[in-house]
Amino acid sequence: MENYLIAMAVSAGLYALMALGLNVIWGMAGQVNLGLVGFFAVGAYVSALLTLKLGAPIAAGVLAGALIAAAVGAVVSLVTARLRGDYLAIVTLGFAETIRVVASNEIWLTNGTDGISGIPGPWRAALTPGEFNLFYLCLVAALVIVAFALIDRLAHSPFGRVLRAIRDDEQAAAVAGKHTLAFKVKAFAFGSAVLGLAGALYGHYTSYIAPDLFLPLLTLYIKLALLAGGVGNNRGAVLGAVVVVTFLESTRFVVPLIPGLTHVQGAALREFLISAALIVVLRLRPQGLLPEARMHPVLAKEQMAAQT
Amino acid sequence: MREQRVLTQFLQLLLNGAMAGTILAVPAIGLTVIFAVLRFPNFAVASHATIGAFAGYVANVSLGLPVLPAIVVAFLVAGLVGLASDELILKPFRAAGFITTAIGSIALTIALENVVRFMFGNELRGYDLPLMRDWRFAGLRVGPQQVENLAIALAVTAAIFAFLAFTRAGKAMRAVADNPTLAGIKGVNGETIARTVSFVGMGLAGLGGMLLGLDTSIDPLTGFRAILSIFAAAVVGGLGSVPGAVVGALVVGIGEELSLLILSPNYRSAVGFLAILLVLTVRPRGILGQRAY
Repeated sequence: MENYLIAMAVSAGLYALMALGLNVIWGMAGQVNLGLVGFFAVGAYVSALLTLKLGAPIAAGVLAGALIAAAVGAVVSLVTARLRGDYLAIVTLGFAETIRVVASNEIWLTNGTDGISGIPGPWRAALTPGEFNLFYLCLVAALVIVAFALIDRLAHSPFGRVLRAIRDDEQAAAVAGKHTLAFKVKAFAFGSAVLGLAGALYGHYTSYIAPDLFLPLLTLYIKLALLAGGVGNNRGAVLGAVVVVTFLESTRFVVPLIPGLTHVQGAALREFLISAALIVVLRLRPQGLLPEARMHPVLAKEQMAAQT
Repeated sequence: MREQRVLTQFLQLLLNGAMAGTILAVPAIGLTVIFAVLRFPNFAVASHATIGAFAGYVANVSLGLPVLPAIVVAFLVAGLVGLASDELILKPFRAAGFITTAIGSIALTIALENVVRFMFGNELRGYDLPLMRDWRFAGLRVGPQQVENLAIALAVTAAIFAFLAFTRAGKAMRAVADNPTLAGIKGVNGETIARTVSFVGMGLAGLGGMLLGLDTSIDPLTGFRAILSIFAAAVVGGLGSVPGAVVGALVVGIGEELSLLILSPNYRSAVGFLAILLVLTVRPRGILGQRAY
């Protein structure tokens, strides 16, 4: 039970990292990304392959996973720079699916749908499974804190202000002399790096990755986390991730209590509940549990509230 | 002799692609009319294709109906589910913007797909079709069922064009797609049009889902596997343009088949994505569409 709870906390941490990454792309820069699971997969595969096939140290693998995810993010963002949001939604979703198709078919590299097993974890051999779980939880928690601090600094920095300006009115930001494309590409790449980092950490934790783990459902979980927590708000992103993992896991316990369900029906019911929850959250609180704080240097908070 | 064989293979793929494209045009038109009027990419097309495929399966296998009436059932059931789900679930999102609506439609498609999985399980199912020998001519082969599917797809496409060109509801639909404010001033009821378009669009998705399944087999992921091709068809042709969807579907259908010359069959769905990227890079509005940025 202890181990189970720790494992849940680790996945909450990974979801929080992804939600933070998405928050940079979507919450701050306002760019649609329905393919975030694709960047997560890139990070996971790069790190797993580097450590397993080339014997690279785990830290180097994780770093490379994040960097390559960032590079892929920059390319996707450059290619789609001119597109309207609704087209971007289609392209990013298609991107994630294409990553999955490639991972399923380049068997020489990725072992196809069988997946890659035996991915090394840091000091996995030296520690007992319980200790490894606990160590990994600390590692992930530390990285969440670092990412949170970095992204929060970023949000309050001039860079973050420009991103929000682009999100709210790209033309105005461009007229103000900001090179909006460069900002958008940087934000997309940075967010993708965090997504890739989460993917790499995921692989080294579970020691197994396969294309079926990178379904669009995962993208929805993270959207749900961000929406539950509050788009554009980093504390909300972390809170939302915890809420989502708790909800996901509670369905795991509740669904088997219903008598007469087959295994497939149980799984279907869980996915149904999760997507229904997203619909309800979207409907009731599109701005999330903790909405983005309104920051204005001159107007006091109450006046801001009166304006909006 | 070798050139002859390569040529025959090429022609066979071209033929298969043209047939696949004609069938793909049906759900692509469904997607594009919804986009034209409601202005968001409706990913729920995937689950409605699956629902249509399964409704047709129940009509065909459980009730013993022939293919044609089963196809009508597929259209009606998917259309009604589309109408209900849009009215109850997606409509309230539209005020919050297209991206919220698009995310809502992904959640909706996963929810509906799991309703189908809950009822029917994950196993592959096939329609009850009479066994017929393939027709052969000039070294090419084609199945009678494929020809029937092709005829159905052509008839449906023609009916949609006639509906849009000649009926009052069709003209009103085009008017709203073109300029909702002006259409409103002229007394066109936007709500009614939104409902009509949800019913017809999702009905077409369901019909298309069944047509796709007639060739092979169906399972709860039938619609989802087709979604990239459907979106590719609509985007390549120009989102919101019905003739565009037909042209786009032919391009994607033929492209996917011809890719077999150089790629493994598993990469077919990636071809749709490449087509989307290529078209959006070179001509973002698609072949026959309007501005995309």
